[in-house]
Formats: sequence, structure tokens, C-alpha cells
Amino acid sequence: MSTMPCPITGANSQRIAQLEHLSRQMRRGILERAYAAKVGHIGSALSVADILAVLWGSVMRDAGTQKPARDRFVLCKGHAALCLYAAMCHTGRMDQATFESYCMEDTHLGVHPEPTLPGIDVGTGSLGQGLSVACGLALGLRLDRSPGRVYALLSDAECNEGQVWEAAQFAAHHKLNNLTALVDANGTQALGRTEEVLDLSPLARRWEAFGWQAVEADGHDHASLLEALEAPRDGRPRMVIAKTVIGKGVGYMEDRVAWHYKSMNAEEYARGVAEVDGVVREAAA
Amino acid sequence: MRNAFVAELIEVARADESVMLLTADLGYNVLDPFALEFPDRFVNVGVAEQNMAGIATGLALTGRRVFIYSIATFATLRCFEQFRNGPALHNLPVCVVGVGGGYAYGNLGPSHFALEDVSAMRALGNVRVVAPSDPDQTRSALRAIAALPGPAYLRLGKGGNPAVPGLAGRFAWNTPETIRAGSELLLLATGAVAPEALAAADRLALKGIQARVAVQAHLPAEPPEELENLLRGCRGVLTVEEGCVTGGLGALVAQTISGSGLNCRLQMAGTRGALAGAVGSREFMLAGQGLDADSLADQALGLLKRKTAPVRT
Repeated sequence: MSTMPCPITGANSQRIAQLEHLSRQMRRGILERAYAAKVGHIGSALSVADILAVLWGSVMRDAGTQKPARDRFVLCKGHAALCLYAAMCHTGRMDQATFESYCMEDTHLGVHPEPTLPGIDVGTGSLGQGLSVACGLALGLRLDRSPGRVYALLSDAECNEGQVWEAAQFAAHHKLNNLTALVDANGTQALGRTEEVLDLSPLARRWEAFGWQAVEADGHDHASLLEALEAPRDGRPRMVIAKTVIGKGVGYMEDRVAWHYKSMNAEEYARGVAEVDGVVREAAA
Repeated sequence: MRNAFVAELIEVARADESVMLLTADLGYNVLDPFALEFPDRFVNVGVAEQNMAGIATGLALTGRRVFIYSIATFATLRCFEQFRNGPALHNLPVCVVGVGGGYAYGNLGPSHFALEDVSAMRALGNVRVVAPSDPDQTRSALRAIAALPGPAYLRLGKGGNPAVPGLAGRFAWNTPETIRAGSELLLLATGAVAPEALAAADRLALKGIQARVAVQAHLPAEPPEELENLLRGCRGVLTVEEGCVTGGLGALVAQTISGSGLNCRLQMAGTRGALAGAVGSREFMLAGQGLDADSLADQALGLLKRKTAPVRT
């Protein structure tokens, strides 16, 4: 395990530039590992890359350590774990060799995160369950009078699950203001567009109606995410609806439902890497 | 049994300040003594068992020992996957407390029967499944559970369960507790139905048959040596459980006999699936499933008449 770097803080423009660089590194890592492992869920991982760069690169305190007062992170949409591993690797919380074991034999880096991997507090994978665990963590930290905070990242389609709304009610009733949830609102799910499968709009107003402080952000704009995450709190749990694009950063994947599951062939991989490296820029398909 | 549980949990919580109790809006009056003494360690999460299992996972991840309470079928089956992915996969000290095991809620109907709960929880492997037979054994079992590093399921009856003669509150992991001596066959019961097994042994005694009766409160995933030792030299065993034999006590004894190559005949009394139909008191429901003392005595007699299969050497 490499040493923990200082979180990215300080002068705003410099901070944003560093986070943008981190996002690019993470996207490159996502493509490399997904191609080596020949697995999918690439679109979801790219969709949350900027959110996780902001959280793991700057906002969260002592995440991934064993300190009792650390901030906790729950990847409710566990199928984006490749991006979480990329964030941990490129912020110095995981060594490159461990990262390269992604989806190989005898690894703790599966498609979904496992609690046996150092730095992972909560194993996930079954949609709809993570926010409840985040509520328990937030309540426990509050009972401990801990400064630790809890961050939970859901997918938009995950909000189809009834348990999400059980947890939403609980968090609001108990005023868990140390809890921040984010929805990766890329508008796609396994078999189609969310508005066609089960319309969730207006999502922010639904969370407001459940007693949350809901704010909207551009999920690919680091400044917008920082502003949403760091704005003063009003005693309610906070929901950040982060508007995103599935496959963000790789033109032929962007906003394409197919890249929820597909894996890349050699040509697709080469094009994706060239684009993430900034060599070429393809228009969204 | 539920009052014994709460009384003992208060004792446990006095000694261990990490203990919390969550309920999914059940336990009217029963849980009040705990809530009054430990208001910060008691949460009614509302009618939301799945959320409760998740919250318990999060609380346990902050170093707490959490008990989650509801009617047995809701506490286990409604949130089975949440319990599996949370406390079981993370190996956390979360104990599901299910009240109304089996037919305890007789005339409330099949939605309130807990018949598959033990089978489901045993299947998780690392969950310690315990079905005590009376209030004092409930207290002993709870003390043992409160020392565990991992998850458990405590399956209770309801209220008014009598003390089982000869049990004296004994409980030890893996261990069957003999409550009546006998040599011709074994009646092995688990949970609140144990008194029916004792009454069946009384009926057999009137016919000159001395049956041993034992209680197996802990239902481990794998056959324990203690159970194998009890069954060794036993000609026949009738298992008695207020729930599904598939994956329950009957299955555990079958695993033990087959795994150890014992020459012991087995008859399983229990339920075989939840069916909608006429309902009545718990006694009515037990009789309908062959779990009343008369039916059990008949099954025991049938077992004695059965021929032993030839032993292959």
C-alpha cells in the first residue's frame, strides 16, 4: 500500500485542475482494467468517475483508513466498483499490482466491492440495500459523537427499489445530517432509458418530499460537485442529484445503454484510450 | 419467552454498552422496559424490515452489537437478502430475534406463520440458529449469543410458553439436552414444541415404551459431534419441530446420520410447506400437522415397527 497523499484542497482553480487530472487517470485505469479483464459495466464506471474523483480526491477525510472517525463511503451501485478501485489506486490507497488483479483469479477486486478488500467498509452489489447501511453508519457515528461523515452513491434506476425509500424516510426522520447521498443520474438502466422503464422524474423533488435537502449538480463538473457537496447544511440529510452521462469520456460509449453491459474489443479499446488521453476527440455516437 | 428475552437483554445491555435493540414496529408493551432504560439504544425503525437489517449492518460496522426484533417470518424472510448481504457476509454481531416461531400466531393465518425461517437461516452457514424451548433456556441462549463475534438468529415462541420439565434452562452450543431418560427410541425436539414431545413420551410410557426426550436448541449448519454422540447406539429417532423439516432439525439429523454412517432409523415430524386453508389455535394447527402429542406418539410407534435397513460393511 502506497502512502496516503494529502487530499486535494487549496486554491480553487488549482484544486479543480488536479481533480480533472485525477479523473483522466481514473478513466484510463478503468479502460485498461476492463479491457484486460474482458468485463463490462464500463459505462457505469465512467459515469461516476468525476463524482468519485471529487469524493476520494478531495472531500472525504481519511476514507479507506481504519481511523474510527474516518468518513465512510458506500457504493450502493456496486457494479461501478471498477471506478472505486481506480479512485483508490490513483489517490494512493491501493497499489498498482492490486489494482491489476481486477477480475483475475483469487482476487478481492471483483465486479462488485467486497468488505475483505482493505479500504472497503461495506460490500455491495444488490441494488437498493446500500443506503440503509449508510443510515446505520451515520446513526452509529452520531451516537459516538464522531466527526465522521457518510457518503453513499446510488444509481438513478436503483431508486426503483422500495428499500431506498424506506431508508430515505429513516434518514429524514432521524435528521441524519452527517449523511450525504448522491444519485448518478445518467438516465439509463440495464434495459433502457429510466424515463421509459420506470419514470423517476422529478427526482430531486421526490427526495425533497421525503425530507431531504436535495440539490442538483453537473456530475462531470468538479466545481459543481464540490459546491453541492460542501454547501452549508440545514439539518437534513443531503441528496445530490448528479446529472451524468453513461460512458462519459469515450465518445462511442456516451449515452449508449449498450455500454451498461458490453465489454470492449481491441479496436474499441484503442479508440477509448486515445480519447481519454486527449489524442483524439470523438463525437458522441 | 419474549418477556424472558427482554429481561435478559436488559441484563446484557447493562454489562455491554454497545448493545442496541431495533424493532420494526412490533413488540407492543413487551419492549418497553428496554426502551425506558436505554432510550438512546432503542430504535423503532417503522414497518420496514429490509431497512432495519441494513441499519443494523451499519450500526454493527461502528462497533455495536445489534438485536433486531420482529415477528419471526418478517424478521427472517422479508429481509433475508439484506441479512445475508449485511451481517452474514460481513460477519457482524447482529442477532435477528423472531417472535412467534411456527404456529404461535395460529388464528392470524399463514402470513404470520414462521415455517421456513430456520431452514433459510441455517443455509447461511455462519449464522448461529437457536430455537429455545422455554423462557429459562431463552435467557441462557441469549447470554451465549451476546458473546458471539458474528450473526445469530434467535427464534422464540410467543408468550405463555411453559417451563419444560427437566431442562432447567440448560443451553450449550451444539449440544442436545436430555430432559427425559429412555432407551428404546429418541424424541428429539427443538423450540417451543418440546412439551408435545414430552407428552408423547408419557403416552408411549403407558404402552410400556421408554423413550428418551432431548432438546436441540442450537441448529448448526453442519452436524455437531455432540448430536452424533447422542444418536450413536440409538435405534430410532423422531425429530419434532414446529416448522419445515427441509433444512430444519429433521435435515440436520439426517445429515448427522448419513454423514457418520449411523444405523439409526429416522422419522421427521414437522411441516411441509405453508398452505392456505382453515386456521385455528396453535394447538389446532399443530394437530393438523401431526405435531400434537397423540400424533407424535403414533409416529414413534410406527418408527419402532419399521424394519432397519441392512448395514453394508
